[in-house]
Amino acid sequence: MKLNSPLEAYKYLPGTNCGECGETTCMAFASHLIDRSYKLTDCKPMVKVNKYSKKFDVLKQLLAPEIHEVEIGVGERAVKIGGDDVLFRHKLTFFNKTALAYDVWDTMDEKDLVERIKKIDDFKKFYVGEFLTLDMIAVRSTSNDPEKFAATVKKVIDTTDMPMVLCSFNPAVLRAGLDEAADKKPLIYAANQDNWQEVAELVQEYDVAVTVFAPNDLDLLKSLAGTFSGMGIKDIVLDPGTFPTGKELKTTFNNFLKIRRAGINGDHDIAFPIMTVPMTAWMVYDDDVSASYWETVIASIFSVRYGDIMILHSIEPYALLPQLHIRDTIYTDPRTPVTVDPGVMEVGSPDANSPVIVTTNFALTYYTVESDLASSKVDCYILVVDTEGIGVEAAVAGGQLTAEKIKRDFEAAEFDLKTRTNYNTVILPGLAARLQGDVEDVLGANVLIGSADSGRLPGWLETNWPPTKK
Amino acid sequence: MTNKNIKLSEISDIFKKLDVEELEGVTIEGDIELDISGGGGLNPALAYALGHEAAQVSLHVANIARMLGYPVDQLFATSMGAVPAAETTRPNVLDELIPSKFEVSKVAEWNNSIEEVTLGATSADGGSRKNTITLGGENALPYHFDGEMPHRNYVTMDVFDMPIGMAKSVKENYEDVINDPADWAKKVVNDFNADMVTIHLISTDPLINDTPAREAAKVVEDVLQAVDVPIVIGGSGNPQKDPEVLEKAAEVAEGERVLLASASLNLDYERVAKAATDYGHAVLSWTQLEINAQKELNRKLMKQCGVPRDSIVMDPTTAALGYGLDYAYTNMERIRLAGLMGDDELTFPMSSGTTNAWGARESWMKESPMNEDSNWGPREYRGPIWEIITGLTLSLAGNDLFMMMHPTSVEVLKEITQTLFGSVETESLDITNWIGTEV
Repeated sequence: MKLNSPLEAYKYLPGTNCGECGETTCMAFASHLIDRSYKLTDCKPMVKVNKYSKKFDVLKQLLAPEIHEVEIGVGERAVKIGGDDVLFRHKLTFFNKTALAYDVWDTMDEKDLVERIKKIDDFKKFYVGEFLTLDMIAVRSTSNDPEKFAATVKKVIDTTDMPMVLCSFNPAVLRAGLDEAADKKPLIYAANQDNWQEVAELVQEYDVAVTVFAPNDLDLLKSLAGTFSGMGIKDIVLDPGTFPTGKELKTTFNNFLKIRRAGINGDHDIAFPIMTVPMTAWMVYDDDVSASYWETVIASIFSVRYGDIMILHSIEPYALLPQLHIRDTIYTDPRTPVTVDPGVMEVGSPDANSPVIVTTNFALTYYTVESDLASSKVDCYILVVDTEGIGVEAAVAGGQLTAEKIKRDFEAAEFDLKTRTNYNTVILPGLAARLQGDVEDVLGANVLIGSADSGRLPGWLETNWPPTKK
Repeated sequence: MTNKNIKLSEISDIFKKLDVEELEGVTIEGDIELDISGGGGLNPALAYALGHEAAQVSLHVANIARMLGYPVDQLFATSMGAVPAAETTRPNVLDELIPSKFEVSKVAEWNNSIEEVTLGATSADGGSRKNTITLGGENALPYHFDGEMPHRNYVTMDVFDMPIGMAKSVKENYEDVINDPADWAKKVVNDFNADMVTIHLISTDPLINDTPAREAAKVVEDVLQAVDVPIVIGGSGNPQKDPEVLEKAAEVAEGERVLLASASLNLDYERVAKAATDYGHAVLSWTQLEINAQKELNRKLMKQCGVPRDSIVMDPTTAALGYGLDYAYTNMERIRLAGLMGDDELTFPMSSGTTNAWGARESWMKESPMNEDSNWGPREYRGPIWEIITGLTLSLAGNDLFMMMHPTSVEVLKEITQTLFGSVETESLDITNWIGTEV
């Protein structure tokens, strides 16, 4: 965006402090516009009142993200890509996490095709209160036959509502796909130096987003993007080519850096989302494990550095799990707190016979422990110790998790083990075993050492709870 | 009939009234002069309106011509290219690409270099290492076109002075050497291509074996005998015992320029720093995911303890993928950017305890503890990639030295960091038609 401070945004706002947005002042609202936690349309007077409409238009322009935002697909599963304003996540946050598209191809037999789509659609991994899932299907034309491609696209639509990328360099093949899928708003892949006019025609006729492809030629890439913009096409994705190995990969990496830096610095012709194709690793590696590993390595590099959408091939869990997690790592908003509030939390409906489990106030630790216990329907108390947001193992090493601090936080929560529970017992994390003697002395309570990983706590409780000595 | 001026809209109106019935007997005589007035510089809206009228006129005229039996459509087809009669949203396609030149500038604010820290000493410098390793020296973020990276990333592999619990897929690589740190060190160097070895003296922890410092120092001597790469010496993490253990270890390693791990704010860092400076070693400055604490400790090591700038390596803490890597990554990236932009308290090479990745349940657990999860697949493939991605991510933030455990992880991490560094040669690959790849 073109604004640097709330004051610059404030002067376009009504300045009436009407409070409709939920903030008490227009200045407070302005600061939320700058950190992008509110949208301009959250200011109802700006939207509704006629005399503000000109200022609304100007401010909307000024607030628009540097990197154009592109939406692909329709309905709940639609994905947005691009929309970034910074080169480093700590400067604000990255918006619109990298969309992960997994390929199918039009020479697959129907049974394999449906099975593969379902695997992609169904994959999920629980993480901090939600499921991480995959986003899209990339349909590749390996036959170069319009009819086969159309039939495959139709089968994809019948099987899933995930958004699609339609991949072919042959305009006739793309047209056949679009005839089936235009109302699903797929992303077209791709226009290149040879086919760009025919693809441009398709894109306008069917009103869909398009990828422009110029392997390791940034002048041509910018020329294609500028030409498409010049024709009135707005939703453009850039593919500078993903070369999977050697010095070509180093060059690819730097192409991504250059494109994004130029875009953030205001070069409009190139300020679009970037596509990467880690599946080119499969053109180099023969065995599945090596190819999946290298593909995941490339996917990780471009999750960190500016890939907004990627096409991948391996659907092995050992590839999908790290791909999902690194994407989440980079796109997690760094402004959200590291910590949860200390105190005694209840999981399920605990009573005097329920176990009391100690953990830290590092948000990830707490949510992991909490979800492991809740998922197994354990009724218990969790003492969340203020370890300054540090996990168990490091907090034991660094002195943020000690017997004194456990005692302090029980007292702060006014939770007396002797009166509130029948067993006067706490369960320490396995990684805090060395604190056992100290905690027994300081609390005057029994101490059990739980599993090193909270995923094993429910099983551990089955054999160790209730304790034998009261 | 005399010539007269007529407006386009009037012509259109005239022809609108004409239908087939009225055509009979109609003759068009004389010239029709189209008076498009307004001078130069038609505004686009007016041009559009005029164009629309002209098109309407020609449509009517064409209809008349067609009535008269003239092959109008043939004429249009040859003069304008095939025009589908019903086409209303004809795409607007340019004839040529608009030429363009891509340009981007280097980052102007990166004008401070990271310190170079050399580990290990050869016989020329009073040590017995075959080679030395130099970390740091960057003047840009890693692998960026803004500046040459003078040294590649290095990997030091973990060796422990006693058998410890390990993930199954790690353990199976070390079962034959688990009771002998010297053999273990040889194995990681000779078989797994480790650049360095870290000997962790964990048995010295009073809560484990409470091995005396003097005895632990003998293990250091054994390792220095067994391998000729530079080494890192780690304590047990016990803040009371570590200073003593590291002092004795530093003494027996005199002249070898090891990296002492570590000085931290929660132990007597002055003793550790003194052990390093007295015997010519470098010191690892370890803090926990807090950039200001890192500045404070570095400052104390330099100002209060007199550690030279070329003898400090930072460990700002590594959290595993899925377990706080976002904090570790951004903390390192902020530290490196601050250093490049001139914060002299942060211009040091960095080290990562990448082995922490093995604490992530995804790396070692047989299956997901969550019933709702999709199948996690075989764990022997999950573990190494977890360690690789944890390390790779931090390498992009500027980390220089990686402490690692699994041989596959080491192999792949070295391959990718050296690829990005620019020292891996491969054959050129044609990706122009990757879509057609058969897999």
